[in-house]
Amino acid sequence: MNKILGKTYFSERVVKLEVEAPLIAKARRPGNFVIVRVGERGERVPLTIAGADTRRGSITLVVQVVGASSRKLCALEVGDHVTDLVGPLGKPTRVERVGTVLACGGGVGIAPLLPIAGAFKEAGNRVVSVIAARTREFIILEEEIRACSDEVIVMTDDGSYGNKGVITTGMEAVIVRERVELAVTIGPAIMMKFAAALTRRHAIPTIASLNALMVDGTGMCGACRVTVGGKTRFTCVDGPEFDAHEVDFDEMLARLDGLRDEERNKDITSV
Amino acid sequence: MEITSDRNEAWRKALRVAFPAKDRLAIERVTMPEVPPAERVKSQRVEVNKGVTPAMAQREARRCMDCVTPACMEGCPVGVDIPGFVKEIERGEFTRAAAVLKRASALPAVCGRVCPQEKQCEERCFLVQKLKKEAVAIGYLERFAADHERETGDAPLPESLPANGIRVAVVGSGPSGLSCAGDLAKAGFDVTVFEALHEIGGVLKYGIPEFRLPNRVVDAEIDQLRRLGVRFVTNYIVGMTGTLDDLRADGFRCFYISSGAGLPRFMNIPGENSNGILSANEYLTRVNLMGAGSVEADTPVYRGRHVVVVGGGNTAMDSARTARRLGAERVMIVYRRGEEEMPARVEEVKHAREEGCEFITLTNPMAYLADERRRVKQVIVQRMTLGEADESGRRTPVAVEGSEYALDTDMVIVAVGVSPNPIIPRSVPGLAVSRRGTIEVDPESMQTSVPDLYAGGDIVRGGATVILAMGDGRRAAQHICRRFSGT
Ligand SMILES: Cc1cc2nc3c(=O)[nH]c(=O)nc-3n(C[C@H](O)[C@H](O)[C@H](O)COP(=O)(O)OP(=O)(O)OC[C@H]3O[C@@H](n4cnc5c(N)ncnc54)[C@H](O)[C@@H]3O)c2cc1C
Ligand code: FES
Repeated sequence: MNKILGKTYFSERVVKLEVEAPLIAKARRPGNFVIVRVGERGERVPLTIAGADTRRGSITLVVQVVGASSRKLCALEVGDHVTDLVGPLGKPTRVERVGTVLACGGGVGIAPLLPIAGAFKEAGNRVVSVIAARTREFIILEEEIRACSDEVIVMTDDGSYGNKGVITTGMEAVIVRERVELAVTIGPAIMMKFAAALTRRHAIPTIASLNALMVDGTGMCGACRVTVGGKTRFTCVDGPEFDAHEVDFDEMLARLDGLRDEERNKDITSV
Repeated sequence: MEITSDRNEAWRKALRVAFPAKDRLAIERVTMPEVPPAERVKSQRVEVNKGVTPAMAQREARRCMDCVTPACMEGCPVGVDIPGFVKEIERGEFTRAAAVLKRASALPAVCGRVCPQEKQCEERCFLVQKLKKEAVAIGYLERFAADHERETGDAPLPESLPANGIRVAVVGSGPSGLSCAGDLAKAGFDVTVFEALHEIGGVLKYGIPEFRLPNRVVDAEIDQLRRLGVRFVTNYIVGMTGTLDDLRADGFRCFYISSGAGLPRFMNIPGENSNGILSANEYLTRVNLMGAGSVEADTPVYRGRHVVVVGGGNTAMDSARTARRLGAERVMIVYRRGEEEMPARVEEVKHAREEGCEFITLTNPMAYLADERRRVKQVIVQRMTLGEADESGRRTPVAVEGSEYALDTDMVIVAVGVSPNPIIPRSVPGLAVSRRGTIEVDPESMQTSVPDLYAGGDIVRGGATVILAMGDGRRAAQHICRRFSGT
């Protein structure tokens, strides 16, 4: 049981939670994630760690309400507890000094991008961040991203804030203008697919942090498998970050959708 | 209670005299009462085997000849005093029978249900070897004695030595870790078990379904350990949440690694990542640990109408039978060798068949075809024949050219084995690991190349059995006791 220490609404459907987890706060590195479970019948849900405070012994998670489990989590108030929290999971980001890093985050993907962008900045890189969302209310953590970037480009699909257009428009503006050594992309799978296609054309090495479906998060089930460079890998233990140019995003998109029908039909038969 | 079970004790002699061999041999082997197939496939949780009654148990115990050199014991990986406990049952001393069992086995209620008795103790039984009769039902009797003790509440809390204040960490809460923790607690150690998942029990909880091993049987063992003072920390992945060095700094002076063989293998054939194809571990974890399939659970699971299960072990049988319980109309178990070669317990094969699972043996998947939404729709299989025996003595399957055909399916469960969980081997510097990824140990002491680290169970053996995992835990505990004796 881990206590909720803080709760901030970024918008009606996007919530930042500060959760007590002293050991994870100490052990985590940028790129790591946790698995959270709410309620005795709850599902195990992976969430990338958006930040940590070792002094307060807490980590921050940013959650967007998309289904039953995220709704349960977002309904928790300060003083409530999550039933289970385990981590840090996955391999941390390999942070090196490479020159200019294009840090790209879409929607709630902006939250886990934050510690990674921060780490690249700290390692002495020039960091240009492109953050994108459907509409203004989903652009989150802009101030924090600004604090660890040399430049920030904001994109919204509907033009309600920043520049109008998708994330790749913002990325391309940077790529044609200056030399980029590395791109990092976190967000919806479809966004990462297009971001990867763009950087491949420009031959820019790119990391994608994948949000596969998971159960245990420790390599035990294979629910999280993805094809990378023609080989099957487990996102939870081999990733979550992979070479974006090698990831089979079409397969990944299909797998993310695979259980959707089952969720809807769940109450039809039961044991 | 100090239990001795000497064959020459007066009561044992008297029992032997009271019933002549001829009368004993005339008794037929007991039949396990079972829930009928049509009824049991409606529930994931109703145990199929109902257990024998005291009268049935005593009658079955009478079939045992109390041999001078009991060969059955040589078949038991942990050397349970089999005639000793069977004869206690014969004379109606059920609690004593359980005590005899517990001298060698930490988890008799579990082992009585899941051990492959037909390949171990029962295979060596005098009745089988010399008289070509059916073996004494040692597994049923083991389960009977252990259940009786638990259900009557007669189990005395084992006596413990005074606390010695030495902290030991057990990594992983499967059968291996639980038995090591129990023995160490009894010896006075301050034991903490760290478990990565949110539940204690390892495969006993997330893998083996309740229709074969009810959770309450496992929970009773865990409660007993709690009463002995063992602490359990869930949601703690050693090597990730904290390192061994962190734990050393917290005062842990010794470790037992029993992290299991968690990593499911796939066959790496075309189309294997299509939707609706999952490992047995994923399927069983969703259903057994997460409750998927029940209305209240948040965790979803694929439902197939025509389910293919690949493999011939216990995991394959458990998956197939679970699929039947979740409503599959047709369940096909595809195995590359013959039924004779199946590693599953014979009882599981029998139960699976009774529940309507089909066996497609000497057949191996080659590729999967999916529909436009990438959901699996067909598996292309190939017929096999058995060739030469390999080094393990099993005959190697050889593909029959041109024998390919397709099976229609909407869900496939892959149960072709597991590899050791890599988290610990990866995170401990200097730990000797084999090519297969198992941790190397001294087989006598279970000590690894890192002096304060012991290991056992599936992380050392690869996918093995509950009884071997349990035996390793006890052996390691003995050596840990010896290591600290005099301090
Ligand atoms: C479906 C299925 C059916 C089976 N049926 C039978 C049967 O009928 N008879 C039989 O004898 N055997 C059977 N087996 C095999 C048997 O269950 C195993 O051999 C046995 O459970 C191994 O015990 P263990 O304690 O070594 O590991 P496990 O039971 O695998 O337990 C390991 C535990 O360690 C935890 N862990 C892993 N890494 C870490 C870490 N870094 N930190 C903390 N915790 C960690 C895991 O989460 C897990 O809970 C079956 C296995 C399966 C999967
Ligand atoms: S989530 Fe189970 S193996 Fe990755």
